[in-house]
Amino acid sequence: MIEVKNLSKTFITSNSKIQALDNINLKIEKGDIFGIIGFSGAGKSTLIRCLNRLEEPDSGRILIEGKDITRMDKKELKNARRKIGMIFQQFNLLDSRSVFENIAFPLEIAGCRNQKIKERVEEILEMVGLTDKADSYPSQLSGGQKQRVGIARALANEPDVLLSDEATSALDPMTTFSILELLKEINQKLNLTIVLITHELDVLNHICKNMAVVENGRIVESGPVEKFFTNPESSTSKSFVNILNSFQRGRLYIEGGAI
Amino acid sequence: MDSDLIQLLGTGLAETLYMVVLSTLISLAIGLPLGVMLAVTEKGNILEAPRVNKALATFVNIVRSFPFIILIVILLPLSRFIVGTTIGSTAAVVPLSIGSAPFLARIIENSLKEVHTGKIEASLAMGAGTFTIIRRVLIPEALPSLVRGVTLAIITITGFTAAAGAIGAGGLGSLAIRFGYMRFRNDIMIFTVVLLIVLVQGVQFGGDLIAKWINKKRFKFE
Repeated sequence: MIEVKNLSKTFITSNSKIQALDNINLKIEKGDIFGIIGFSGAGKSTLIRCLNRLEEPDSGRILIEGKDITRMDKKELKNARRKIGMIFQQFNLLDSRSVFENIAFPLEIAGCRNQKIKERVEEILEMVGLTDKADSYPSQLSGGQKQRVGIARALANEPDVLLSDEATSALDPMTTFSILELLKEINQKLNLTIVLITHELDVLNHICKNMAVVENGRIVESGPVEKFFTNPESSTSKSFVNILNSFQRGRLYIEGGAI
Repeated sequence: MDSDLIQLLGTGLAETLYMVVLSTLISLAIGLPLGVMLAVTEKGNILEAPRVNKALATFVNIVRSFPFIILIVILLPLSRFIVGTTIGSTAAVVPLSIGSAPFLARIIENSLKEVHTGKIEASLAMGAGTFTIIRRVLIPEALPSLVRGVTLAIITITGFTAAAGAIGAGGLGSLAIRFGYMRFRNDIMIFTVVLLIVLVQGVQFGGDLIAKWINKKRFKFE
């Protein structure tokens, strides 16, 4: 379970102050797939990056599986991060390492023995369907394959939580779908908590169970995903749903039939 | 062609190679940690320390400001202290190493800064420490660029050795000045320059080959 309490973060630049997060409160149950949605610049990326302290929050607390991430010193944080997987929009794989070695990296960091690394990497390669690509280098893979490696790498050390920072935003719709299916499968198989941020309604609709809407650094709406589509309250979710509806009306008009 | 030509050129080449190899190794030993420190202590990097960064950068800039010939003169006492003499190839290695280390450090710093921040963030998110990131992410990811940078430094050091030859270091530079210039031996002058050209071309070719080989492994397409 992840609990965020009164989290705030302000970015100070030379000529302005930007309140990226303003008193955020969240509760994400174990095994949930939790979507955080919002327009660009709303603060959703800062929020997810605070969860493993890639971004240092100014105030507030973050508890993951009961452990207070915000109070940890450097060493404790390193250990905690080994149990928080993260995937990125730009994949961030290491070009100097093969697929196998990329997935092995977090295990090397955690100090696993070579035999264990080999077994675990092979197991996880099979799970993401890339066994035949073990010796390839990232540059030889397609976007979807790269993200599969990213997912494999994030899962290698058996994390409690998977953070996804716009993981499908750089992928085409077909590939997005297959990556979402993979995440869903992993969630069910491992009962892994997934927190993902997105600006794509399809992503929210397809795999998320619960959601929160971020607007100007605040959570303006949260609850089950169905509520977002059937009863949007905040201006962000209304405009998201309006965009969706206007497209559907257009489609209805062009195709001349009911959907 | 005079009979002493081959022998003179042979000795000169051997001395030059000796100075270049030894100076490169020593300046790498100083320049690599210095370059890494310059890169990682920068604002926003993994070991952010603006004051340390500023101090190192100032030091590097000061050493780099000296014209090389002047640096040799200033470091004469140091050469005498370490090597026991101020004349000869080994004595020249001291100023050569100290003079090129800051240059190498800057080259290494630039290469390491080219590594995409996303890769560093991903490593941080996996729980990697500073030293692990330097050793297993920054250096391997920047390796082709580092190889090219070191190649550039070797060529610069080769140029420095020729300058050092002017004040008693030996090597091909000294040969060109003592025989080619002062004794009007045009044959020696020409062969010295030709040898230096071949040497520099060879180093550049070798460096490019290694960098390409690394890139080919990483970016081959099946």
